[in-house]
Amino acid sequence: MIIIGELINASRKAIKAAIEAQDASAIQKVAEDQVAAGADYIDVNAGIFVGKEPEYLRWLVQNVQEVTDKPCAIDSPDPHAIEAALSVHQGSPMINSISLEKERYEKLLPIVAGKDMKVIALCMSDAGMPQTVADRMKIADELVGGLLKNNVSVENIFVDPLVQPLSVDKTFGVEFINTIEKIVATFPGIHTACGLSNISYGLPARKFMNQTFMTMAIAKGLDGAIINPLDGRMMATIIAAEALSGRDNFCMNYLKAFRAGYF
Amino acid sequence: MTVKEIFDAVLAFDEATVTGKTQAELDGGTDIDAILNDGLISAMDEVGERFSSGELFVPEMLMAAQAMKAGLAILKPHLSAGQSQSKGVVVIGTVKGDLHDIGKNLVSMMMEGAGFEVVDLGVDVESEAFVKTAAEKNAQVIALSALLTTTMPSMESTVKAVKEAGMATRTIIGGAPVTQAFADQIGADGYSADAPGAVKLVKELVA
Repeated sequence: MIIIGELINASRKAIKAAIEAQDASAIQKVAEDQVAAGADYIDVNAGIFVGKEPEYLRWLVQNVQEVTDKPCAIDSPDPHAIEAALSVHQGSPMINSISLEKERYEKLLPIVAGKDMKVIALCMSDAGMPQTVADRMKIADELVGGLLKNNVSVENIFVDPLVQPLSVDKTFGVEFINTIEKIVATFPGIHTACGLSNISYGLPARKFMNQTFMTMAIAKGLDGAIINPLDGRMMATIIAAEALSGRDNFCMNYLKAFRAGYF
Repeated sequence: MTVKEIFDAVLAFDEATVTGKTQAELDGGTDIDAILNDGLISAMDEVGERFSSGELFVPEMLMAAQAMKAGLAILKPHLSAGQSQSKGVVVIGTVKGDLHDIGKNLVSMMMEGAGFEVVDLGVDVESEAFVKTAAEKNAQVIALSALLTTTMPSMESTVKAVKEAGMATRTIIGGAPVTQAFADQIGADGYSADAPGAVKLVKELVA
């Protein structure tokens, strides 16, 4: 599982305060903790700072990469902010995210075209939020097709089929996981990723629901997740589900996690 | 007595009983206003209270609203002009650039459940559309939703457009990244963190 650590997001109070105070060590601590917990990418988001987003996003990338070799997931729809972050980024970054919304697509495509970057492709278009497998596949076909045509390699694409809350429609869980299965079958070599906590909006015991949903999505082929890697129960769930899905040779990761005290 | 049973059936999310009892009360000559206000609408008020207190969850709020609407459908053909007038008109939508509709739909549904006439403009709504529709419908309140930090500025421009149009219509805002502080900053007339809260807010604003 490719873990994208979600904690460095300015919509969280502590991060907002650290950015405003330009407190590099506070940001670096959150980055280091996530890497130690197993993050492969460190997401950076400064979206709440209208006008200052490029400057802050660049500052976040610089400071995160001072303490870790891991690449960042640059979390913004604004090409200027992304370019500012990329100007200092070391290694192969991830762009979070492009979608089929016309404006966003046209602005972000030139950034990723022909480059060795990972990109999250969110199944959303100007027609609104997709609900069914067919809605999502229609967007995914067009979006992935467009990326491939613009020389983004299939291995660099992470399709996010868009999680919607189960509380408002009983089919939203199953339609999502069935889309994962179809995407993996349709585009060999592609990745999938999602932030999945939206599934439990409006329901109690959200963590329990999120973990169960993660297990089901992994069974269908999900191999990327935007999560809090410091959530030990979620990490344990991922490790067990991956072993059960046949992706853990000799259960080595499962055993390693056991010895590290995850279970 | 049995208007209370309609109230209870809404709170039990029991659509069949709500329609059965509503029809029976109507046939028995019970005052329509009593069925509507003391049965259906006050039940939705109670649902809102229980949701806000954490006792009920979103799916239960949806089921209650569905049951309430089924009862309302029975009463509607019998509501004469002037009788059981709507409590006010609310124009609602998700602001320009934002396609999220779930929160907006929950608010819209609870407003209807409280007896307001709701004009739902959908998602990605231009500020001019809010202003134009509110003027046409003589709306008391415009309710704006946004789920992205990147679309919150569209709330500001819409609130500004309403003020510039010189309308008396009040504006309220909500959505995951939105706060009371942001409402104050852009000069909106109110903010709520959840759907029942938004209903309360509108009641205060139209009172």
